[in-house]
Amino acid sequence: MNFKALTAIALVAGLSAPLAMAGGADDDNMVINGDTDMTTKAAAAAHLDGALDEVISGWHFRSDETQQLQLDDFDNPGMIFVDKAMDTWNAAEGTEGKACADCHDDPADSMAGVRATYPKWNEAAGEVRTLQMQVNDCRVNQMGAEAWKYDAGTAVDMEAMISVQSRGMPMNVAIDGGAADTWAKGKELYYTRTGQLELSCANCHEDNYGNYIRADHLSQGQTNGFPAYRLKNAKLNGVHSRFKGCVRDTRAETYSPGSAEFIALELYVASRGNGLAVEGPSVRN
Amino acid sequence: MRLTIITAALVLAAGMSAAETVLPADVAYGEDGAVEMSLTGKAGDAAEGAIIMSSKGRGNCISCHAVTALNDAPFHGEVGPMLDGIGDVRSEAEIRGIVADAKMTFEESLMPSFYKTTGYIRPGNAYTGKAPTEELAPLLSAQDIEDVVAFLLTLKDS
Ligand code: HEC
Ligand code: HEC
Ligand code: HEC
Repeated sequence: MNFKALTAIALVAGLSAPLAMAGGADDDNMVINGDTDMTTKAAAAAHLDGALDEVISGWHFRSDETQQLQLDDFDNPGMIFVDKAMDTWNAAEGTEGKACADCHDDPADSMAGVRATYPKWNEAAGEVRTLQMQVNDCRVNQMGAEAWKYDAGTAVDMEAMISVQSRGMPMNVAIDGGAADTWAKGKELYYTRTGQLELSCANCHEDNYGNYIRADHLSQGQTNGFPAYRLKNAKLNGVHSRFKGCVRDTRAETYSPGSAEFIALELYVASRGNGLAVEGPSVRN
Repeated sequence: MRLTIITAALVLAAGMSAAETVLPADVAYGEDGAVEMSLTGKAGDAAEGAIIMSSKGRGNCISCHAVTALNDAPFHGEVGPMLDGIGDVRSEAEIRGIVADAKMTFEESLMPSFYKTTGYIRPGNAYTGKAPTEELAPLLSAQDIEDVVAFLLTLKDS
């Protein structure tokens, strides 16, 4: 970007403008609980040829204080919700009187690696499913329980608990086969300039990551850290809710969490993060 | 946000009585995107222009541009170029064209089109995320544009 260069020159010239401090991704290393090394920068997947060379976790664009909170499960406020979801996992619900645990036993075994592959094509159902959709399918069709509202607390907490079982594993979302059409739709949405500000996801997260937009340090808008605990609202946040906020900020009419558009977008954005470690639950401002 | 809409509506309404106000659809862009004629026929107020550029609910220009003269407002962004000295390098007509609709000067520009009301994909009702309930107002009124142009013309190095 020539503007990055311009800004850099301006900075070197010793400008006194109250620029939020410039600079791209930092060089810190993420090690969780002192033992799990996390891949937070990786070579971009082949489908990103011409768009990105390297994919970078959103963690690298946050302040040291925020970053720190994610390094230890005792400091990570998102882990409280993971504990809550563990209780839900063991609780029987619905007409079948079953709990998740009855069929899936210990999530540390049954759910290891699962989060890294979602959203995922489900052949029998003939659809791309997000993790929340799959959990709801189990609730409705296996347990005889009600579906959780999309991105509501219980659903996102469960998603975080399942994510923890894949923490450190590289994102590995499939974009071919049955998923291909949905992926293409998601890609189109990613590059569409919406709203009265006419900005696409790519305008901010591909063309300008590393730059500040007002007080916000733009990342690549990756989803490997989701669900994300946000200091702003002190709870875990789902991917679709984040998308909704970003679309709204272009002065556009947004899509709803759980909509076909956001499912497609989630698949596409997740595939842009292939190779990055699953971080959920991450901590963000 | 609601305030902005009301302000914009008032300014528009006020503007309409002045027969000279050029509507967004009628702005005459030159081949290079410049706009020679004032949108209101009324001189711009540079001090007001400075306020518009820093206000989150109005131009919010500093979210993308650093401007030393606006250092009182915090957090200048880096998405667009620094605007110090722009009054030396660009003519009034060029600046008016860029502020009214930057896409006429810079193809596919990331900079929002501030004096335009049509051609959007899924426009919303300001920052509510909801569909608009009435016709869209431009992001800035004609006089806002003139005020911003007047301010930018004061940014001279020499
Ligand atoms: C009665 C048994 C049963 C119960 C109870 C149940 N599931 Fe499942 N679950 C299954 C079966 C069978 C599959 C595989 C279905 C498929 O592939 O379509 C599955 C698949 C899954 C998957 C996808 C795994 C993968 O590798 O893609 C997740 C995640 C999941 N369940 C989570 C849950 C959660 C969370 C609960 C509790 C809210 C739950 N399940 C309750 C039977 C159950
Ligand atoms: C006007 C600029 C802008 C646009 C357009 C935009 N975003 Fe964002 N987005 C942000 C900002 C600012 C943040 C918070 C800081 C960061 O991580 O970049 C953010 C954060 C995110 C995050 C969280 C990243 C993390 O690691 O926590 C995701 C995911 C995301 N955006 C996806 C999208 C998608 C998908 C679109 C298109 C529908 C989009 N964004 C459009 C500005 C934008
Ligand atoms: C979303 C980011 C964004 C916002 C908001 C924005 N601009 Fe820009 N602006 C840009 C970019 C990027 C350019 C570089 C031109 C291009 O698109 O290639 C630019 C270029 C300009 C230029 C031309 C600079 C030159 O060197 O020729 C002027 C003048 C300008 N902007 C003024 C404004 C004003 C005034 C506002 C507020 C009313 C504003 N901008 C809001 C992104 C933005």
